[in-house]
Order: sequence, then C-alpha cells, then structure tokens
Amino acid sequence: MAKSVKMAENKLNDRNRDVLLSAGKESAERLVEREFERIGNAVQRDLEGYPQLQRQLNEGLIKLEEDYQQSIEIPQKLPGWDKVIKAIVGIQPKSDPLVGNMLEDIHQTLSEQHAKGLEKHRLDASKRHAVLNKMLPLLRGIKKTLGGLDKSLSDLNFRAKRIDQYMNNYDEIRNQTDKALRTLSSSSLTQFFISGAVLLVAFGGAIINFNLIALPMSEMVGGASYIGPYKTSDIAGLVIICLEICTGIFLMESLRITRLFPIIGSMDDRMRMTMFWIALSLLAILAGVESALAFMRDRIAADLEALRQSLAGMSPSTVAGSVIPTVGQMVMSFILPFILTFVAIPLESFVASARTILGLAAAWMLRILAFALRIIGNLSYYTGRLLINIYDLIIFPALWLEGIVIQGFFRAQAEKDSAEREKNQGQDATIPNLGSMDEEKEMVQ
Amino acid sequence: MKLIRFWLIVLVIILASGCMQQTNRATGVYMLLDTSGTYAVELKKAQLIINYLLGVLQPGDTIAVGRIDTGSFSEKDIVAKVKFDARPSVANNQKRSFQNKVNVFVSSVSQSSYTDISGGMLQAIEYLNESESGKKYILIFSDLQEELAKGYVRDVPLELSGFNIIALNVTKLRADNLDPKKYLGRVAQWREKAINGGGSWRVINDLERLDNILNKG
Repeated sequence: MAKSVKMAENKLNDRNRDVLLSAGKESAERLVEREFERIGNAVQRDLEGYPQLQRQLNEGLIKLEEDYQQSIEIPQKLPGWDKVIKAIVGIQPKSDPLVGNMLEDIHQTLSEQHAKGLEKHRLDASKRHAVLNKMLPLLRGIKKTLGGLDKSLSDLNFRAKRIDQYMNNYDEIRNQTDKALRTLSSSSLTQFFISGAVLLVAFGGAIINFNLIALPMSEMVGGASYIGPYKTSDIAGLVIICLEICTGIFLMESLRITRLFPIIGSMDDRMRMTMFWIALSLLAILAGVESALAFMRDRIAADLEALRQSLAGMSPSTVAGSVIPTVGQMVMSFILPFILTFVAIPLESFVASARTILGLAAAWMLRILAFALRIIGNLSYYTGRLLINIYDLIIFPALWLEGIVIQGFFRAQAEKDSAEREKNQGQDATIPNLGSMDEEKEMVQ
Repeated sequence: MKLIRFWLIVLVIILASGCMQQTNRATGVYMLLDTSGTYAVELKKAQLIINYLLGVLQPGDTIAVGRIDTGSFSEKDIVAKVKFDARPSVANNQKRSFQNKVNVFVSSVSQSSYTDISGGMLQAIEYLNESESGKKYILIFSDLQEELAKGYVRDVPLELSGFNIIALNVTKLRADNLDPKKYLGRVAQWREKAINGGGSWRVINDLERLDNILNKG
C-alpha cells in the first residue's frame, strides 16, 4: 500500500513538474511576446517617422547650406580712397580760391561717398549676422532630432537585452533545468500568497458593496421571499456583485490583460474592442444602478430610524441630516464595481499558482501518507514476528512434553504388539507378515 | 464514467430541490388584550409591547391585536390587523398606521364585565391559520382569570399544533396573594390547555425580558 502511495506521489510530482514547466513556459512566451510587441510598436513608431525625420534633417541641412552660402559673402571693404584723399588734402594751393573751391567740392563729395560706403558695409555685416542667427535654431532642432534618434536606439538596445534575458530563461525552462524549476516553484508560491492576499482585500470590498445594496434590493424584489434559507433580496444583491465581477473579468480579457478565457483573447481586434465597449457600458450601468440603490438605502435607513424612534416614544430628531454620508455612499457604490474589475488580475494569478501549490500540497500529503503506511507496515511485520516468537516460546514446553508422552505411548504399544506377535508366531508358525512389521516400525519411529 | 454521471445528476437534483424549497418564514402574531375591569389599567404596558413587536416584525409578517371582553370569539374584537407589505418602505407606513390604531383603542377602551380568554384564543387560532404564517404566536396579555357570562360555552378543545402561546404580564390578584396556589393553578391550567392542544407555553412577567420574544419559541 505504501508502495502504491509512493508511486502515486511520484506520478503527482511528475504531473506537478509538467504543470510548473508548462505554466513557466507559457509565462516566458508571454513575456517575450509582450516584449516583441513593445519593440514592434517602438520600431513602428520611430521608424514610421524616419522618412519624415530624414526629410527634416535634409531640409535643415539644405537650409544650413544656403545660409552658409549667404553668409560666406564678406561685405566689400571701403574703396581705397584714403590715399587719394590724403594726397589731395596734401596740396596746398591756398592762394588760388578756384583750386580751393574745387578741392573743397572734391572733399565734400568724397566724404559723402565714404559715409555711404560705410553705411552699406554696416548693412551687409548686419545681414550676415542675421543669417548666422537664423542658423542657430536649425542647429538646435537637428541636435534634438538626433538626440531623439539616439534615445530610441538605446531603448531598442535595452529591450533587445531584456529579450535576450527572457530567451535565456525560456531556454532553461525548455531544458527543464533544476534552477528553472526552483525559480518557477518559488515564483508560484509568492504569486499564490500575494494574489490570495489581494483577493481577500477584494472580498472585503465585495462585502461592503453587498451591504450597501442588500437593504434597497428588498425594496425592489421584496423582503419576504426566500430562496432556500436565504432572502431573495440578499441573493439578488450578491448576483449583482457577481455580475459586476464577471463583467470586469470580460473587460480585462478583452483588453488582453488577463487570459482566463483564451477564446476572447484570440478574437480579432474589432470584435474584441466591441466586446470591451459592451463590457464597459454594462459595468457603468451596473455602477449607476448601485449608486441609485445606495441613495435608496439611505432613505430607507432614515425612515426605519424615524419609525423606531416613534415606536420607542421618542420625538424625531430635529437636527438636519448631513448629505455627506449619502453622497459618500453613492460615490462608493459607483466606484466599487470598477475597483472590483481589477479582481481579474489577482484571480488569474491565484488560479494559475493554485494548480502548482495544490499539486505540491497533495504530493506532500501523499509522501506523509506513504511514510505513515510504511511505519505501520513495518510495525505490523515486526510485531507479528515478535508474537510468533513469543508463541513459540510459550508452546515449546507443551510440544516437548507432548512429544515425550507420545513417544512413550508408542514405544509401549510397540513392545506390546511385538510380544503378541511372538506369541502368535509360536502358535501358528506361519510366514511372518512383513507388511505389519513395516507399519510397526513406522509407528515406533 | 456512468457512475460519475449518475452521481452528478443526483447532486444537481438535490441542489436544485434545495433551492426550490419554499419554506414559509413569515411570522404571525396575535395579541389578546384583556379589557376586563381588573386588568384594563394595564393596557399602557401592552402598548409598549405592541410597539416593540412592530419594531421587530419584518416585511411579509402578520400582526393583529384583539380584545378580550365578554364574548371574544368575534371579528369585531379585532382592534387592528395587518399583513406587512414585502417592500420595507410600505411596511414602515403600515406599522405607523397600526400604531395609531392601537393608540386610539387604548385611549378609548371601555371595560368589559366578563373575560372570555378561550373565545379570544379561538379567534386568534382562526386568524393565524388563515394568515398561513410559518411561525405562529399568540400573546395573551391578561391575568388569565377567565370569567364567562351566562350562556357562553367554551369547552371546545384548542387545536394549537404549531402555535407558541406566551402569557404576558400575568398579574397576581388579591386572592392570589392570600393563596398563591390559586395563581399557580390558574397558570398551570392554561399551560395544560396549550400543551394538550399541541402548542408550546411560556410566561413572561418581567417586560424587560422581551428581547427575542419571537425567536425563542
């Protein structure tokens, strides 16, 4: 029996191992798939804009080139009239007024030309500076674009490294290494407890939600009918909460956040999104209904309290009730269904890890059972042997005595028989009966 | 495989029948108020008990208050009766209306010359059986001293199977103080009637102990 239990434990261990590896494989595939999806999205996002980026860069470079060409033209220097003017100024025919006037005119003309030339030079220089100023934002834009490109590339590099890591893990799982098994086992144990704790918190939220809608539900479905031992209104409230959780699960499924129902995940995107919107609408309607029920609950509770006061002979309270609790209840009733939607995530983890944990627990129990059976078997075997030995010890004197008595009896019988035979031989003198002699011998022996 | 399928079907049938079982959980209460001369002054206490019952009873339950007078086996002796609606808000209004009726009765009650408790019990049994309540309670607010007028015959056996009879505020009369055996005999007589009729019997004299009056039966 212990052997068959041990065999069952081995089989269960094999099954657990398969389940663990299968779950780990699925999880690793999912991670790699997600990462590839992200890389795909990033590449699509970045490379989709690559031609535009290239065009921008080209345009920027062309513009820079043009600006450079424009700024390369150095403004002309002022004409080399300085020497001429100096030479003319050096002439000193001050006695001749005609020459003096002529020189004065020349000087005036030259001064005007010089002023114009200077003005033109300044204008050219300022234009060149403006062109150079215009180049600065272009250069900054190009730098920014190149920076973005660099970031995208480093991001891709980072994701590629992560994929490498995931692929290594996946290989380890595929090769069924002990390290992978240990990691997966520890991971599922952690997942089991964490998701269990989150589910407990969610359960608390569901109870609060139930208490908010149980009383007003009796106003809708009646407070006097029962299904089995439970009030119909309580069951109706519970059904609404369960429906909200189910709708939340479908919502999460249609967003591909969870994979409790593979059929939803494998739907085409359009259908999936339709399902998402339907689930979201239903959830919003249910949340609205709950909010209305919470309002009704407040009214019923106030009415009940007034009745109790009246029955107790107390005058009803004149203090105006605050609207804050009513609003708080309504808001809470509206929000709780949406919060309960997220139960799908820990639920999935819990279900996935519970398979492994339950398998491990069952294997452990079988091991204990096999151990106990083996101990019981050994104890029974050695106790049996001990009892046989004790029995032998007790029975030995009796058997010994019996042997002695029987031997003595047969010996006396044989002696008596032989005496009788001798007597008969003497009387008959016939052929001796060999057969009877043999029998006697046997008896004596 | 067939065996598993068979057990699955059996399990489903058991679960379904468990869910389909409609047990009547409604409570029916009939309170008899003694309005005979010696006891009429106690009716204020009865008012408190009725208010307590109104606070305890749930939607779908039934309550009626009947008076014990010279001839109590009559619908005219039912002071107020109501079967609460399944909706709590409507039930609350019904309770208010019932309370008002009882208040009016207590303030304007006239004392009766005789005390026909058996007639009141018969009326209560009839009413509660008609109401088809799951749990039936008859509360007797009286000193249990029955005095029948000439011509009234009440030697009818009471059919009290499934009824919980609770005697409330059984006051001691002057003669009881002289000879307590009279009081004890009176209570024992009614107890015997209730148990012989198939019902249960309780006496609650301390009105502070009304908590769970309807649950202990």
